[in-house]
Amino acid sequence: MPLSPKAAVKEVQEFSYLVAKAFASVFRRPYYVRDILTQMDLIGVGSLSVIILTGFFTGAVLTLQTSKTLSTFGAVGLIGQLVALSLVRELGPVLASLMVAGRVGSGIASELGSMLVTEQINAMRALGTDPIKKLVVPRILATVAMLPVLTIVADSTGIIGGLTIAVFVLRISSNLYLSRAWDGLSYMDLFGGLLKPLVFGAIVSVVGCRCGLRTYGGTQGVGRSTTQAVVASSIMILVFNLILTRIILVYTR
Amino acid sequence: MTTLEPVIEIKDVVKFYGGNAPVLDGVSFRVFRGETKIIIGASGSGKSTILKLILGLDKPDEGQIFIQGEDITKLNEQELVRVRQKIGMVFQESALFDSLTVRENVAYRLHERGEDEEEIEAKVRQSLGFVGLEDAIEKFPSELSGGMKRRVAIARALIGQPEIMLYDEPTAGLDPITSRKINELIIALRDIHAVTGVFVTHRMRDAFTLATEYATNGDQQIHFHHENNFVCIANTRFLMFRDGKIVFEGPDEVLRRSEDEYIKRFLA
Ligand SMILES: Nc1ncnc2c1ncn2[C@@H]1O[C@H](COP(=O)(O)OP(=O)(O)OP(=O)(O)O)[C@@H](O)[C@H]1O
Ligand SMILES: [Mg+2]
Repeated sequence: MPLSPKAAVKEVQEFSYLVAKAFASVFRRPYYVRDILTQMDLIGVGSLSVIILTGFFTGAVLTLQTSKTLSTFGAVGLIGQLVALSLVRELGPVLASLMVAGRVGSGIASELGSMLVTEQINAMRALGTDPIKKLVVPRILATVAMLPVLTIVADSTGIIGGLTIAVFVLRISSNLYLSRAWDGLSYMDLFGGLLKPLVFGAIVSVVGCRCGLRTYGGTQGVGRSTTQAVVASSIMILVFNLILTRIILVYTR
Repeated sequence: MTTLEPVIEIKDVVKFYGGNAPVLDGVSFRVFRGETKIIIGASGSGKSTILKLILGLDKPDEGQIFIQGEDITKLNEQELVRVRQKIGMVFQESALFDSLTVRENVAYRLHERGEDEEEIEAKVRQSLGFVGLEDAIEKFPSELSGGMKRRVAIARALIGQPEIMLYDEPTAGLDPITSRKINELIIALRDIHAVTGVFVTHRMRDAFTLATEYATNGDQQIHFHHENNFVCIANTRFLMFRDGKIVFEGPDEVLRRSEDEYIKRFLA
């Protein structure tokens, strides 16, 4: 990551430049539809198992932990609401995005990084293709489109994970758990819970692309870029989560 | 455009890559239609850099580069696409797309132009035929040897019949038979198709082959001849780079007779 203030400013500049160029390219022909679909498949379907596991175990452990606290108030019946709210508002979007940052962001950075150091990006330009359009835009669009879907999957499997614990360990009826879960959610929660992954998807993919495209120093540099992509996008996700939560809460009631 | 106008003209080009010493330090030369310029020079003397500048992959810090009279240093990435359509480049490390098969690699440029699939297939086979690799069409670059990759890279650069070809050490590390084939291909492109070329190499043997042989087209076949005692039939000139400067420019006969210590050591 940039060390000197000058390098930091330059990095912000380059980053904004990439975002602006990518944004401008979205609307200009040619459209690489096939590349977008391939990336959606890789990012969306490819991350499914990781997201399902993450969601399930997070929901389950969350239920176990909160039941302990709730039981001291004799309110274990409310568990469905608490679990659903935490998942939809915070844990679903954040955990899904962090997993995608680890899986997809790193993949993007290492793929683009190795294409850069082996001159494949130059070869692409030499053959008349704009790499931003061909490589960057499809990855951004695919990640932004798939992350909300993956978040819904994480939320749902999380609630199922919670349900499993509620029914088999806490001996709460599944009806009670599910109706509490459903009633506890407002439209604003659902909206916020889907807005977040949209933003996080953009963060993961843009940071991944930028880190890949600034690779220097051969194969060793690719490893460095990959690590940077994961670290930088994870931290940005957590920071933006705080900001977005604050904004959403202001607009709730 | 008149035939006397150079196809490629480099004017006082200076290029820095960080550091204090420039990688290219006031380089100027011209390449005319149907001519092949051979650039020789030690490792790190800026040979690959000049090819990248000619393609517009990078911009010089000073100076101008004209392709068919147009100053490409003033063009943006989108405008450069039009210029690059006329140029084929063989990269030093092949730079094949890992995720694509040989067929897709070679067809890449035509796919981008949106040409008809059937025509593309025919041209791909023809292009691979030139380099003798029709059998590898379904393979991925990771399944090819270094020399095969290089030949696929040449096939990819050749497709669409560019008027200008840039070769960055296309024969490095190849066996004599294969490099002979590649040299003949380059000679034929130069003499029969009037392709303008820049050929970067370390290997003096290949350089002198290009500089002393010429091709003619007869009986539906391409013949290669040695210029023997006639000088300068082969349309090839040498450029020698040293630390980003041109230290020699001229035909092979003069290069061979040069009294310069550095050049003598280089040729030895
Ligand atoms: N992208 C880059 N960033 C920094 N320095 C570079 C870059 N590309 C080239 N250089 C430097 O520029 C100089 C010339 O490099 P260039 O690749 O043109 O050499 P070359 O003559 O092609 O050498 P070789 O015969 O080994 O291929 C080298 O000193 C190299 O370190
Ligand atoms: Mg080189």
